[in-house]
Amino acid sequence: MINIIWVAMSVIGIVFAMFNGTMEEVNKAVFQGAQEAVTLCIGFISVLVFWLGLMRIAQTSGLLDKLAYLFKPLVKKIFPDIPSDHPALGYILSNMMANMFGLGNAATPLGIKAMEQLKMLNGGKNEASRSMVTFLVINTSSITIIPTTVLAIRMNYDSVSPAEIVLPTIIASLFATICAILIDRYIYNRKNRNRVR
Amino acid sequence: MQIISTVSLWLIPIIIAIILIHGTWKKVPTYETFVEGGKEGIKIAISIIPFLVGMLVAISIFRASGALEFFVGLLRPVLELFGIPAEIVPLAILRPISGNAALGVTSDLIATYGPDSFIGRLASVMQGSTDTTFYILTVYFGAVGIKKMGDALKIGLIADFIGITASIIIVTLIFGTT
Repeated sequence: MINIIWVAMSVIGIVFAMFNGTMEEVNKAVFQGAQEAVTLCIGFISVLVFWLGLMRIAQTSGLLDKLAYLFKPLVKKIFPDIPSDHPALGYILSNMMANMFGLGNAATPLGIKAMEQLKMLNGGKNEASRSMVTFLVINTSSITIIPTTVLAIRMNYDSVSPAEIVLPTIIASLFATICAILIDRYIYNRKNRNRVR
Repeated sequence: MQIISTVSLWLIPIIIAIILIHGTWKKVPTYETFVEGGKEGIKIAISIIPFLVGMLVAISIFRASGALEFFVGLLRPVLELFGIPAEIVPLAILRPISGNAALGVTSDLIATYGPDSFIGRLASVMQGSTDTTFYILTVYFGAVGIKKMGDALKIGLIADFIGITASIIIVTLIFGTT
């Protein structure tokens, strides 16, 4: 899908320029776009190095695990099908913590481990279980506390207050996640009711 | 609304302080651990370069040719009724499909309209508040061999839609539309 969108944007742009007489601007845009991308990524280095370094301390000191422990009762409620003290819960919690604190690269392997455990719980079937759907939905709506790359972009373009979007981002993502969990539960309950009838 | 700005401002420094104090208390070699973790940051930033170059060039062509303006102009009358800036539509469409593409659009919007404009703030919140549904679906279910994904895609996309709507409402309420 992304391949089609990418090609379409470029080709439509070029064809449009033929009729619009904006070929010169398009020529410039190609090189400016490339240069801007590299400049941005260099800008990411500062924020990513600092944040990932800091989070490594939080991981080593056990602070993230401690935080995960606080969320355990809540997560048990969200995943009623997982027996307590099942390893799946631990992976789900670590994955959520990693996502919250902007550790996308650490979150993915943890999420896959959680999925493996959930698959075992489901008897190894190639069908998504209820918990799997819930876990996926939580991941796609993503609760983020520190949007690292967004902060870096805002700093790069001289924002007066790069961090002012932090709390609005938390509110928006929290709201989306809660709605997603509720919709997930609603759909599950409705299906189950139909099955009983 | 003053409170929200203050909390936003205080949150990061306070998290930093807590992590450093807790690390020292638990006898973690803080500085060395920091350096080790930081190295990963360089790798990630460098590895994003090709993704972002490809996307930003495509977006720049699309914008410079006048095509973007043309399509945005078509959508504007409808979206204005709901107080939605039409400029944000490409981001809303790309966000669930590709994280790096969305990152490219976000930086393009912030560069064009400024980080402290309505559109700049809206793009920032949108980029941060939802994740790439298709990517997560493919990677997580693909890795463990799930063929029937149930309602995951449907609910994921509904959640994206809610997140995007919530971003617009929240940014409008907190910062106004200027």
